[in-house]
Amino acid sequence: MSIEDIIKPENLVYQKSKLLTEKPFHYCPGCGHGTTHRIIAEVLEELGVDEETIGVAPVGCSVMAYDYFDVDFQEAAHGRAPALATGLKRVWPNKVIFTYQGDGDLAAIGTAETIHACNRGENITMIFVNNGIYGMTGGQMAPTTLEGMKTATTPYGRKATLPAGAGFDGIPCNGYPLRITELIAQLPGTKYVTRQAVYNPACVRKAKAAIKKAFENQINGKSGVNFVEIVSNCNSNWKMEPVAANKWLVENMLPFYPLGDIKVDGKLVEK
Amino acid sequence: MASFKGAIVVNTERCKGCGVCAANCPVGVISLAKEVNGKGYNYAYMAEPDKCIGCASCGMVCPDGVITVYKVKL
Repeated sequence: MSIEDIIKPENLVYQKSKLLTEKPFHYCPGCGHGTTHRIIAEVLEELGVDEETIGVAPVGCSVMAYDYFDVDFQEAAHGRAPALATGLKRVWPNKVIFTYQGDGDLAAIGTAETIHACNRGENITMIFVNNGIYGMTGGQMAPTTLEGMKTATTPYGRKATLPAGAGFDGIPCNGYPLRITELIAQLPGTKYVTRQAVYNPACVRKAKAAIKKAFENQINGKSGVNFVEIVSNCNSNWKMEPVAANKWLVENMLPFYPLGDIKVDGKLVEK
Repeated sequence: MASFKGAIVVNTERCKGCGVCAANCPVGVISLAKEVNGKGYNYAYMAEPDKCIGCASCGMVCPDGVITVYKVKL
């Protein structure tokens, strides 16, 4: 059977979602943002809510997310996407509202908005892409950066406390990596909290199922934040090739940021 | 056992040649071309089309959504 016989519309098993525009992503080759965009678009298309959806774009690498989705979008000030989503949801309770944020946006400058939106129990979906670094501004240390990880602002590796010697040992230095997903799972206002990844096909399928559940919870529920963290790569600022960056993610990020559900239907999952 | 035969179509101008599809292909069908596209990236292509089983793993991991997958049951 020749390739021409296989490539026919009736044999189609996978194609890019129609909810993504034709504009090519500006992300670096191999970036997890692209995969995450793709699965969000697929979920919205499967749920058939594209006309009812309003996304909130952050500041960071994904600042131009509104160019790529064929749904309504609003741009938020840095870190303020949950506050904007709160307003949108309260004005239009029947719309499907989601925020799409990176770790510099959600876990650093926007920590207050994140925690208070989660504590108020707003009926929104939050997608959090965690790559452990400030990508767009050139690879500075983020709160989620792992201990020992080299970045532009921690060239000798992140140190929680100053190293021994000269009488400074034990004095705070760069601090500890922040697991904000576990932090907000403790709040009674969150309904569904999970951590997923997109480095291989199995993970992408699980992440898609989690995002679908997060949107379904919002559509069927009345309150409670649905929060999906995606552990992603940043091959440009980790200074690796895309495939090597995914391998590094599995070996270093996942032991500190373990994958799986943390809270389901308002109850913490026991591990 | 039913066997499948697949084929992929790569949008070569949109492809950024990251190679994640080639690394995740279970049967080693995909390679990066020696030629480059308009942006200067070595785009992905089916180097060994006979082996493709149409599992769509490449499409699932592609960060740029450039791969369309077709499959037939033999």
